[in-house]
Amino acid sequence: MRYKLVDPEPFRLGEFKQKIDETHGIHPDDRYLKPGRIPHIWCPGCGLGIVLSAFIKGMDSMEVAIDNCAVVSGIGCTGRVAGYLNMDTYHTTHGRAIPFATGLKLAKPEMEVVVFSGDGDLFAIGGNHLIHAARRNMDLTVICVNNFNYGMTGGQAGPTTHIAAKTVTTPYGNCEYPFNLTHLAYASGAVYVARWTSFHARYLIESVKKCFAKKGFKFIEVLTPCPTGYGRPNRLGSGLDQMKVYRDNSEIRNDINPMEAESGLNGPIIVGEFVDREKPTFFERYTEGVLAKASAG
Amino acid sequence: MSKSRDVLTGEHFLNGDEASAEGAIAAGCRFFAGYPITPATEIAERMAKRLPAVSGVYIQMEDEIASMAAVLGASWGGTKSMTATSGPGFSLMMENIGLGMMMETPCVVVNIMRGGPSTGLPTLVGQGDVMQARWGSHGDYGVIALTPSSPQEAFDMTIEAFGLSEKYRLPVIVLSDELIGHMYERVVIPEKKFLPRIRRRKPRKAPGEHLPFQGGEDLVPPMACAGEGYRLHVTGLTHDEMGYPVITASAQERLVRRLCDKIRRHAGDIIRIEEEATEDAEVIVVAYGCASRTARESVHMARREGMRAGLLRLLTVWPFPDGRIRELAARGVKGFVVPEVNYGQIAGEVERCAAGRDVLMVGLMGGAVHTPDLILEAIKEMV
Ligand SMILES: Cc1ncc(C[n+]2csc(CCOP(=O)(O)OP(=O)(O)O)c2C)c(N)n1
Ligand code: SF4
Repeated sequence: MRYKLVDPEPFRLGEFKQKIDETHGIHPDDRYLKPGRIPHIWCPGCGLGIVLSAFIKGMDSMEVAIDNCAVVSGIGCTGRVAGYLNMDTYHTTHGRAIPFATGLKLAKPEMEVVVFSGDGDLFAIGGNHLIHAARRNMDLTVICVNNFNYGMTGGQAGPTTHIAAKTVTTPYGNCEYPFNLTHLAYASGAVYVARWTSFHARYLIESVKKCFAKKGFKFIEVLTPCPTGYGRPNRLGSGLDQMKVYRDNSEIRNDINPMEAESGLNGPIIVGEFVDREKPTFFERYTEGVLAKASAG
Repeated sequence: MSKSRDVLTGEHFLNGDEASAEGAIAAGCRFFAGYPITPATEIAERMAKRLPAVSGVYIQMEDEIASMAAVLGASWGGTKSMTATSGPGFSLMMENIGLGMMMETPCVVVNIMRGGPSTGLPTLVGQGDVMQARWGSHGDYGVIALTPSSPQEAFDMTIEAFGLSEKYRLPVIVLSDELIGHMYERVVIPEKKFLPRIRRRKPRKAPGEHLPFQGGEDLVPPMACAGEGYRLHVTGLTHDEMGYPVITASAQERLVRRLCDKIRRHAGDIIRIEEEATEDAEVIVVAYGCASRTARESVHMARREGMRAGLLRLLTVWPFPDGRIRELAARGVKGFVVPEVNYGQIAGEVERCAAGRDVLMVGLMGGAVHTPDLILEAIKEMV
């Protein structure tokens, strides 16, 4: 066989550096953002920016060393978070951020490993990994941005979509029951479980801080508006309108059993820090229960 | 046997699975993630016992998708890592094997082939995953797959697979089969100082200056792992030399071509074949893995009967040794006999290079290997 191939345009390092010079270093958070990656791809009114900056603020106030922290994402609008953060970041396959993070954490136990992904990524295609990582009490922080639909692919229904809600794949209204993510994480063994909305940025920052200070499987659900995918078909208005709903309909109830934590489309939204408990992590148990015996034997 | 030694120098009686596990540990593998499946389970069992003794991590994941993802994560954490499976699990790993190709992640995947498709023959031999090893994940990428034909080779080739994966930065596949995996034979483990321990090249440039996905002369970028200060973005999306996602035809052209070419260009360094009595042969038997053991006997039988038969054994099925088959075809051999436990996956490759010479596929669908007579008959048919 002979080949006839085209000459691709080369990578232009000069242009890339120029872009960095022009765009990077202006915003106070830029220390935490990858040079040359902003502007981001998210829609106006999307809640993802708020979650990202809350994460940065939490990390900053805990003085987490940037080079001691890795962020792993799956695929989706939320999955793009990894790509904006100026640290070791891994954008994996749909649903597989948690097992990738598991391998990374076990190879680098001294690093903070954070998983950032969407509700579809973590609870539909990746649901099995989430419950098993929680069961093992793998030392990971999982931040799940729940916008009640598949944003990236254009607003299809997923495992969190409210009953009767309209999406492009539930034009007659959704007939499936949604998961209560916090309840599932708790039942699977998570040692820290919280739910906030993008309206609760300050609480969210506190939760992020707690996660950096705590060992084990920590889970934060953040309800966010997706005006493009979920807002439009359900007539929820703009991202700002959604924020008003979060303000008016949310009730903070710390320490409740997550089973009772509703988050209806129009009804009350229960937020708070539901679970904070202690349990040895996988690696602690592995070190004491396995490594110690193997080297003694 | 001292449990805490990583290289168990000496003579052992091991099956192919155990030998693979020992090869991995001897190569410096310190992370194994897997899910039980016959006939690869003995690898996991050996790793569960041996890895903790050398301060490594063994973890049983919830499935093979997770196992493959964890292996990639561990490799980015700077640890040599491996998983082992068989057909159904190999199928589940495919998407993340592709991720490993895109992220250029060194690691080793051992597939102990059994009869397929589907659950097929869980306990019996097959060689039907050869094309899946080549093309199983979507898109284009270069592949390396080694095919051991004895427990000794399972040991040696697992070490070699780690070396190749570190050198070329990709998941390397050890494509063994149930017969080799479960067969017990003498395995000689050399002294540690005689074993190669190849490590991925580190960037020489400082963070900020290092272009993490620029290939350089050998097309293989040096690799900075997590926690080393490089703050890389590593993605399965098409990316530029910085590693940043770029959804354009030209970024795709540069990246995918390099992923293919880094293997194509080094095919000469990677390909390993072994020939016996091919100099004057008019019939060449091309075989690998379990089938090559019988093929050797058949060639001996043919020679005893005065037929000019020779054996070309593939130690790497991918990249395929196009050049050598072409040479033999050009030299004017009558043809090629290709016994394999599938319906002609490598025979098709041989035919592609055989320039019109006769190719006789001796196929078994799985569950048993060829008898020497069956391959001998094929040789006779051709001379
Ligand atoms: C295996 C696989 N199936 C499907 C897709 C397509 N896909 C990309 S993102 C996505 C859904 C993302 O939804 P979610 O995780 O809720 O994140 P969001 O975009 O809403 O933030 C899907 C289905 C894919 N990338 N991979
Ligand atoms: S589709 Fe929804 S989740 Fe995605 S960026 Fe737009 S608003 Fe945000």
